[in-house]
Amino acid sequence: MSAGAVGRAHPRLEGPEKVTGTARYAVEYPLDDVTYGWAVPAAAVRGRITRIDPEPALAVPGVLAVLHHGNAPRLSPDVEAELYLLQEPAVHYRGQLVAVVVAESIEAAREGARHVRIEYDTEPHSTVLTADHPGLYRPEKVNPGYPTDTSEGDFDAAFAAAEVRVDATYRTPAYHNNPMEPHATTAQWRDGRLLVHDSNQGSTAVQAALAELFGIPRESVRVISEHVGGGFGSKGYPKAAVVLAALAARQVDRPVRLALTRQQLFGPIGYRTPTIQRVRLGSDADGRIAAICHDAISQTSTITEFAEQTAVYTRSMYAAPHRRTTHRLARLDVPTPFWMRAPGECPGAYALESAMDELASACGIDPIELRVRNEPTVDPDQGHPFSSRNLVACLVKGARRFGWGDRDPRPGSRREGRWLIGTGVAGSSYPARARASAATATALPDGGYLVRINATDIGTGARTALWQVAADALDVPPERVTIRIGDSDLPPAGVAGGSMGTASWSWAVTRACQELRDRLGHHSGSLPPEGLTVAASTADEVRAQRPMARYAYGAQFAEVRVDADTGEVRVSRMVGVFAVGRVVNPTTARSQLIGGMTMGISMALHEEGLLDERYGDWVNHDLATYHITGCADVEQIEAEWVDEEDADLNPTGVKGLGEIGIVGTAAAIANAVRHATGVRVRDLPIRLDKLAGSSPFA
Amino acid sequence: MREFRYRRPTDVDEAVALLGADPEAAYLAGGTNLVDLMKLGVQRPDLLVDVTRLPLGGIEPLPGGGLRVGATVRNSELAAHPLVRRDYPVLARALLAAASGQVRNMATTAGNLLQRTRCFYFQDTGKACNKRDPGSGCAARHGQNRELAILDWSEECVATHPSDLAVALAALDAVVEVAEPDGTRDVPFVELHRSPGEHPERETTLPRGALITAVRIPPLPAARRSAYLKVRDRASFAFAVGAVAAVLDLDGDMVRDVRLAYGAVAHRPWRAFRAETELRGRQFTPELAGQAADAELAAARPLRHNGFKVPLIRAITVRALTELAEAQA
Ligand SMILES: Cc1cc2nc3c(=O)[nH]c(=O)nc-3n(C[C@H](O)[C@H](O)[C@H](O)COP(=O)(O)OP(=O)(O)OC[C@H]3O[C@@H](n4cnc5c(N)ncnc54)[C@H](O)[C@@H]3O)c2cc1C
Ligand code: SF4
Repeated sequence: MSAGAVGRAHPRLEGPEKVTGTARYAVEYPLDDVTYGWAVPAAAVRGRITRIDPEPALAVPGVLAVLHHGNAPRLSPDVEAELYLLQEPAVHYRGQLVAVVVAESIEAAREGARHVRIEYDTEPHSTVLTADHPGLYRPEKVNPGYPTDTSEGDFDAAFAAAEVRVDATYRTPAYHNNPMEPHATTAQWRDGRLLVHDSNQGSTAVQAALAELFGIPRESVRVISEHVGGGFGSKGYPKAAVVLAALAARQVDRPVRLALTRQQLFGPIGYRTPTIQRVRLGSDADGRIAAICHDAISQTSTITEFAEQTAVYTRSMYAAPHRRTTHRLARLDVPTPFWMRAPGECPGAYALESAMDELASACGIDPIELRVRNEPTVDPDQGHPFSSRNLVACLVKGARRFGWGDRDPRPGSRREGRWLIGTGVAGSSYPARARASAATATALPDGGYLVRINATDIGTGARTALWQVAADALDVPPERVTIRIGDSDLPPAGVAGGSMGTASWSWAVTRACQELRDRLGHHSGSLPPEGLTVAASTADEVRAQRPMARYAYGAQFAEVRVDADTGEVRVSRMVGVFAVGRVVNPTTARSQLIGGMTMGISMALHEEGLLDERYGDWVNHDLATYHITGCADVEQIEAEWVDEEDADLNPTGVKGLGEIGIVGTAAAIANAVRHATGVRVRDLPIRLDKLAGSSPFA
Repeated sequence: MREFRYRRPTDVDEAVALLGADPEAAYLAGGTNLVDLMKLGVQRPDLLVDVTRLPLGGIEPLPGGGLRVGATVRNSELAAHPLVRRDYPVLARALLAAASGQVRNMATTAGNLLQRTRCFYFQDTGKACNKRDPGSGCAARHGQNRELAILDWSEECVATHPSDLAVALAALDAVVEVAEPDGTRDVPFVELHRSPGEHPERETTLPRGALITAVRIPPLPAARRSAYLKVRDRASFAFAVGAVAAVLDLDGDMVRDVRLAYGAVAHRPWRAFRAETELRGRQFTPELAGQAADAELAAARPLRHNGFKVPLIRAITVRALTELAEAQA
């Protein structure tokens, strides 16, 4: 390998198209004869639809059709309960999309949606998660297949005998994914074939689901997702928009564009479940942990089970001979929760990394030192060796970068004018996995190369990273390589999710390119006009990976200031240092890491779905009322990485870094707020009213 | 969205006549509030009368001092005006603490004053709201009401007025110039907005169809030392959870004059007359400022989620006044 594109900073290949507005998103493709769909949310929480009167809607000029369970095309019930839309009168949560109005213009569709009359038979509902909810139960497994509970040694006895004990309960609210581009689709049927332009994180999965739902062969479905305006997990599996658009297009026999409204993102697409987490740590006076227990409660819906793996983080993070984790779920009359950046790890780390800080205070030990003292040598959960574990390297490098050394650990020890200033740290980890993927590589007669794989670039820079990987694997300058992604006609690949995208796709791209080089080595004479193509799949290799603990690690440092009178919190500075294997493109890697950290600030300070139990839904459901961290909230933020070579991952040696940035951030901020004020906030977000007046220094 | 007609008159009388002739018409200025509410189905006018081509722009100094601000002057233009910045910093700061640069470039003076409450339930046609749908009930009274009123609310409505600009104008004793079918008149700013009482759907004392043409700000030399403190849940682009506009005029350490108004506490921008009375003619101390706030807030009746506003408003009153006093020392 001489080209050396991997590791070099490169701007996104499609950057110019995006900033000039010529990059097309799902509902932006010019199309003749297009119609517009508008989804209608249920106004009942639990019950069934007894009557739908579409007439007033049909009377709106321009309205073509009203689809509902009584008239919509039939779907297969066996794919996924969430996608069995407009098939049944049952209402499982307020806001469930129960009808679609199709019209000649978007305005007419929206107006029509107001006029669909729906009557319901309602039943009493339960929408608030509590620690003593009568419906709490033990799911059979937690996402994506972990055991529900684990136990080693004798936690109770060891905790009782511990010299220092922390026993604290942490709460996180419902968090809502808000990609700038909502879930959006343009669907068209032609001769029994379905073509959709769709906003998702993996169109191979969308293609498969649509084929099964509509009972047609996969080859009859094509899903194009060339540019996707963010997902954060919420588009990791097909969701309502694409199914509703396909149903509507079939019904009116014309192309249909359908985008969910901002309000409709608060529910139907899923959200990060609220959690209630009790963490117990028992250690000796030097902070060596003997007993660790994490009990997590979260919610699911009556439609399908979604079991957030909240406490799984604690299974492998720190050493302790006696350990236990549990998960309990309540089935509520709410939308089904779904993936949101670092599902499980992110809320779980907020609790554990806060508790670690509490233990450090209780022992009078520096929180970094506490973590160093509890480093495991093998994975405490499975006993496997780590492929690489550089948490301590991140903590040490971060401490230097941040200037942790001269910290006075006493709460409230720094004040500048009206501001109380504090600093905090947290550890982070996130699994480094890979999924089987396929790719092709083609050598063209003009000396160029074409690499094809159905990867998805949801704004991360994946397209650019794969292009760099391909160039190195082909050992040619990247300018000679063209990369094609985002189309289900391309070789199938896994979703852009679970921080697995680059690891999985680069693996298949590398294999295809390497094989092409081999073939070219044996090829004599000129290439045929269509070029020489080889295909590769990593299915066998991925399956054959030996069991090991593979994780990315990180350490986040935060400096906050808290207004002593008002309780307003500002994050003055954040530094994150990460161990993420090989970094393919420093530009886009950095933006993922600081993006994750920014989302962590948002989680710590700003975001919160406010539920109204009487109505059974969240009352703040737009970007004016559901606050997300803005630029003014991010004053100084830096992300770096440590050099990490890990031969037990994949050919490129990448761990994935889409999620690790958020994992410990909220805890680092909560720990900093406690250092600034002496107040430990155990229920996020840390709003000013939780601090105003409660600070001993106010 | 309901289909609507659109007119863009260039003459005030014509605009007023258009509104008079159609009970479902509405004035459209920057549209940053009205258009949002139309999309949500909260407001459904059948005719929009665009006021932005009316001859209502411009910021002029008044002969005896003070300023006259045209109704269609954009918030960003007002905030940047040299006379505003010099003579009424409270006004410039209130404006700049509001919304975002983009919104301020569109938002007008009159539109800002007449913007509707940000109460969650008002903006959601699926929920009970007396303001949107009289007689349907007030979902916020026992719902999510952290952002809402602590003063002067009624069982029918506990909403707050969301404007920052309005708080500053209340402190400055501004006067609103209004055109109505039968002529023009002046409305003292503190009389522009109503208490909710039994009719929260009526937000101002203006009759339907009245057009705001300008806002006059009287001369107030002391306002050169004035402050606007806004407390919010993120650093920018968030409505106030508490705000104070303050003007303090000291003679030595005696309070010669003081103007105080609160935002995010009531259905209208809240001029704190009681607190002013406590302060006027007395020797200024931070303790006195606190007592004055206490006097004003004695009538506070916090809701389930907003008890924190009482100490918060007290704290920012003390801070705003103390900082102004220190700047004069
Ligand atoms: C996301 C967001 C955040 C915001 N944050 C803040 C904030 O922090 N602080 C703040 O103060 N504001 C904030 N705003 C509100 C913003 O200031 C108002 O939307 C704006 O000032 C309204 O002015 P406009 O000209 O766009 O009014 P429009 O939306 O055009 O009109 C508003 C109302 O005024 C009426 N009207 C307009 N002109 C006249 C006239 N001349 N005579 C009679 N009636 C008239 C209209 O009929 C309508 O009822 C925010 C807005 C948004 C969207
Ligand atoms: S407080 Fe006022 S605006 Fe809010 S729901 Fe009640 S009546 Fe409506």
